[in-house]
Amino acid sequence: MEVPRHWRTQSARYALEGTVCQRCGETSFPPRDLCSRCGSGEVIAKRLSGRGEIYSYSTVFQGPNGFAEYAPYLVALVRLAEGPLVAAQLTDVDPDAVQIGMPVEMVTRRLREDGPKGIVVYGYKFRPPLVAG
Amino acid sequence: MKAMKPSRDVGVVGYGAYVPRFRLPSTEVSRVWSGTAAGGPVAAKSVPGLDEDVVTMSVEAVRSAVRRARIDPAAIGAVWVGSESHPYAVKPTGTIVAEAIGAVPATLAADLEFACKAGTEAIEAAIGLVGSGMTDYAVAVGMDTAQGRPGDALEYTAGAGGAAFVIGPAAESVAILEGSLSYVTDTPDFWRRQYALYPEHGARFTGVPAYFKHVGAAGRALMDALGTTAADYAHAVFHQPNTKFPTKAAKDLGFSAAQLRLGMLANEIGNTYAGAAILGFTAILDEAKPGDRVLVVSFGSGAGSDALSFRVTERITELPRDIPATRTYVARAVPLDYALYARNRRKIMVE
Ligand SMILES: [Zn+2]
Repeated sequence: MEVPRHWRTQSARYALEGTVCQRCGETSFPPRDLCSRCGSGEVIAKRLSGRGEIYSYSTVFQGPNGFAEYAPYLVALVRLAEGPLVAAQLTDVDPDAVQIGMPVEMVTRRLREDGPKGIVVYGYKFRPPLVAG
Repeated sequence: MKAMKPSRDVGVVGYGAYVPRFRLPSTEVSRVWSGTAAGGPVAAKSVPGLDEDVVTMSVEAVRSAVRRARIDPAAIGAVWVGSESHPYAVKPTGTIVAEAIGAVPATLAADLEFACKAGTEAIEAAIGLVGSGMTDYAVAVGMDTAQGRPGDALEYTAGAGGAAFVIGPAAESVAILEGSLSYVTDTPDFWRRQYALYPEHGARFTGVPAYFKHVGAAGRALMDALGTTAADYAHAVFHQPNTKFPTKAAKDLGFSAAQLRLGMLANEIGNTYAGAAILGFTAILDEAKPGDRVLVVSFGSGAGSDALSFRVTERITELPRDIPATRTYVARAVPLDYALYARNRRKIMVE
C-alpha cells in the first residue's frame, strides 16, 4: 500500500498542477519548491493548460507491476505549451497514428490499481485533441 | 400533480458530454451467443477503454461543462454524480471529480443511485440547492459503464457514457428550467444485489408497468401542470434503453419523429443508463436555437421518471466553440470484435 504518496501528488496528477517562478517566469512540472532555472523560492502553484506536443514516444509491450494488464501501451515525452517536458502514457490513439510533433491534450484516466481491494490511482495521460486548434 | 419550481429561477449554465470511443456492433453479440448475424435492438453500443470508468468519464464531461459555464470551479457548491457503476462500493466518485476539477474543499460531494434515473435525480437536487439560494452553482452528473451478463438480452445494449451540467442562476443560463415533476413507485423491474456482478430483470415486466407507465405519467403530468402540449416543444428526449421504447413513449405523448431526432443516440451508442436521457439533452443543446422548448424525461428502474421542461436562451449562441460536441464523441467510433470487448470489460480471467 502506498496511499500517502498517491494522496500527496494528487493535485499534480489530477490537474497537471505545476509551479511558476515569480522572479524569472519559468514554469516547472512536476511542481518544485525552488525554481529549476534561477533557484528562487518565490514560486506559486498553477494549473497548466494540458496542451502540448509529442517530443518522443515508445511502445511498452511488457509493463511493470500494476501496468501489465494495459500492455501494449504507448508512453511519450510531451513538451507542454508552458515549456516543461513530461513523461506520460498516451491513450485513445493507435500506435501507427502517433508521430513526433503531433499535438496532444491532457485527459484524466486510471493509471493503475493497488490490486482488487486497493485504491484506484487516477492521473494524467495524453491523447490527440478532439477539437483541433 | 403539481410541477416543482424553485423559489428563484435556475437553469443550465454549462453542459458537457462523454462517450468512450469503442463500439461493439450488436451483430458481434448475436454471432457469439446465437450463431447468427441477426444483431439486436441497437446497431452498436459504446464500450469504455481499459483505463476508463465513471470517475474518468465524469471528469471529462464536468470539465467541458465548467468551461462552457465560464465560471471559477472554486464557486461550485456541490458535485453530485448519479450512476449504477461507481468504481468503489464505498468512497464517493463525487470527491474525486470535485478534486480533479478544482471545486474542493468548500463543496458538497456525493453519489446518487437510482438505476437510470440517477442523473436527473442529481439535476433535481442541484436545482433545489441553487434555487433555494444555498449556492450559486451545483454540478450534476449522470454517467455509467453499464454491464450486461454475457449472452443476456441486455448485453446488446448496455453501453457507456453520460453528461454533466452546471446548474446556476437563470440570468446566466443557456436553458432556463420552466418546471419539473417526478413520478415514483416501488416497481421491481430490474435490480442488482450487493456483490452480484450483473443485474437481474423481470423480462416482460420492464415494458408497460415500468417504462411506459412512469415515462408517460411524468411527461403528461408535467405538460398538464405547465399548460403545454407536445406542439409547444422544439425537441424532446426520453430515456433510451433502445430506440423502440422512446419512440413509442414519445408518440403516445403526441411527439413526432422530427422532435426526437437530435436527442436520439441509442442506435449508435446503446443504453448509457444514468447518462441516456441527459446525454441526448446535450446533443439537443448543441443544435438548439434561442426560444426552443425542450422536454427531458428520464426513467430509472425500481422505478420512476423525472420530467423537466426547459426554454433555451440567447446565451446558447455565445458558448465557446472549442469544446467537443456530443456528436463528436458519438462519431469517433472504433469497432471492437467480441474478444477485444471481453478484454476491455475484464471478462477474461487472467489470474
Ligand atoms: Zn526562476
